[in-house]
Amino acid sequence: MAIKESRARKAFLRTNMFILVLVSIIMILPFIHVLAQSFSSSGAIDQGKVSFLPVEFTLDNYNFVFQDGSIWRSFGVTIFITVFGTLFNLIATASLAYPLSRKELLGRKFLLFMVLFTMIFSAPLIPTFLVVQNLGLLNTIWALIFPTAISAFNLFVMRSFFMQIPQELIESSRMDGLGELRILFQIVLPLSKPAMATLGIFYAVFHWNTYFNALMFIEDRSLYPLQIKLREMIVDENFTSDPTSDFYTTMLSSSPEGIKMATIIVATVPILLIYPFLQRHFIKGFMLGSLKD
Amino acid sequence: MTSRKLALIWKHKALYLIALPGIAYFIIFKYIPIMGSVIAFQDYNIFQGITGSAWVGLEQFERMFQYPEFLRILKNTLLINLYDIVFGFSAPIILALMLNEVRKMLAKRIIQTIVYMPHFLSWVIISGIFIGILSPSTGMVNHFLNLFGIDSIYFLGEDSFIRTIIVGSGMWRETGWSTIIYLAALAGINPQLYEAADIDGANRWQQTWKITIPTLMPTIMMLFLLQIGNFLDFGFERVDVFLNPFNRVNGEIFDTYIYEAGLLQNQYSYTTAIGIFKSVVGLILLVGANFVSRKTTGNSLY
Repeated sequence: MAIKESRARKAFLRTNMFILVLVSIIMILPFIHVLAQSFSSSGAIDQGKVSFLPVEFTLDNYNFVFQDGSIWRSFGVTIFITVFGTLFNLIATASLAYPLSRKELLGRKFLLFMVLFTMIFSAPLIPTFLVVQNLGLLNTIWALIFPTAISAFNLFVMRSFFMQIPQELIESSRMDGLGELRILFQIVLPLSKPAMATLGIFYAVFHWNTYFNALMFIEDRSLYPLQIKLREMIVDENFTSDPTSDFYTTMLSSSPEGIKMATIIVATVPILLIYPFLQRHFIKGFMLGSLKD
Repeated sequence: MTSRKLALIWKHKALYLIALPGIAYFIIFKYIPIMGSVIAFQDYNIFQGITGSAWVGLEQFERMFQYPEFLRILKNTLLINLYDIVFGFSAPIILALMLNEVRKMLAKRIIQTIVYMPHFLSWVIISGIFIGILSPSTGMVNHFLNLFGIDSIYFLGEDSFIRTIIVGSGMWRETGWSTIIYLAALAGINPQLYEAADIDGANRWQQTWKITIPTLMPTIMMLFLLQIGNFLDFGFERVDVFLNPFNRVNGEIFDTYIYEAGLLQNQYSYTTAIGIFKSVVGLILLVGANFVSRKTTGNSLY
């Protein structure tokens, strides 16, 4: 009986592993396909010869992407909002999370409910747009930073982290004559480095992927962040390659498929390079948020 | 308010001051827009503003339900969310259970690294990849179909595949990542439970049904309730990046419609009415599902 059971178990484990490997291959094949096309000649791609290995290997597609200066400007905009925006997010979130984590703050239940409510009942789009417009933020880079200053979810995560800091430590700092602001910046924040790193990455990836807010708030092409630029380069012309479309003939001669694929790789590689480092932090933060309270 | 409370507030006035900017943020960017939703009951005019525009009562809401476009978009939103709950919600649970059975740690880590990866890509990149692999002439999916003698299909150029593509691309991006929370719950199960079940003669299958699934239930219900609460909130970006004139009829959802009709065509009041409808239905669904869940499974969000 025991042997039979273990044989069935072995078969199960093998099938299980087989399916998991299959899933992993499905996850990774699109990357390989895109990578192969980015290194292939337009002719080979258009004839449908390129699946998982480059055909007629060439760097032309990459040369084209790197020579087109406009993408670098968008990279610059995105790097600015990612660095500055994330810093701003962390300070803004901490400055509300700290008072909300202290029992001395009367009315904190009410404030917490107010924040929670915005998670359940989202503010409609047009009135939000009108607020940003009335503040004069439209078409400025601040429209990508201020309206998303604090994420309610991240606020709750940070608050639950701050709550674990012993009350005695805060009390004794107060005894020593430290003001609340100095307690926050010199005691609480240094003790919360893991939480700050995790939430910083949450915010940074959010800014790096900013798309909808830029679509709404930014018209000035010189302020286009990376995702809007990418959309122009790889998505917008897609349907024009349909034979029934008027643009078809003009598109045929330029054959942008390889260039699109090279653009995708150029925009993805920075994320994939830091991914192994991110992965650890991300998972930690995810658990932080889900397991507390 | 007693003087004792006032004294307590005064003693910790610095705490309140520090909280002020954050509170101001929520008031300005969340609560003023929620109050600004009153334009749904107006015929809002950009030049006259909220104070100058005419009040029209429920006219915008009536218009909403009479408009055939609205019903088409409601149907798209409901169908896409339904597919996403049936397939997108269950896939990570199954994947997590499968990953949990893997005993070779190295293999487990490699698989995890691969399946988490798509989560970090933006929707624009995801759509670029999908448009690439689904391309009728150059994409690998059609290369594969051609191998079996099936003619190339222009998946994004017609309206019959768009919902599948939207839900499928979302699953490709999120299934792996969503396993994390389940794996965390699975890691917390006391191994002695399984040992005891072994001694009692329960096989693996019975152990999964009697120990693993019940342990996961609170997590599953919590995530399920949150998803129900967001039922009409599928998200603008992941849909917008796939829409084109050929597939718009079946792909358009509330979020993309509000942007198009509201911001691009200046129908401010009408689309705000749709926004309110969306938020109120979401709230009702969340409260309702929470009530049912508390009565039947004992799990609830609050």
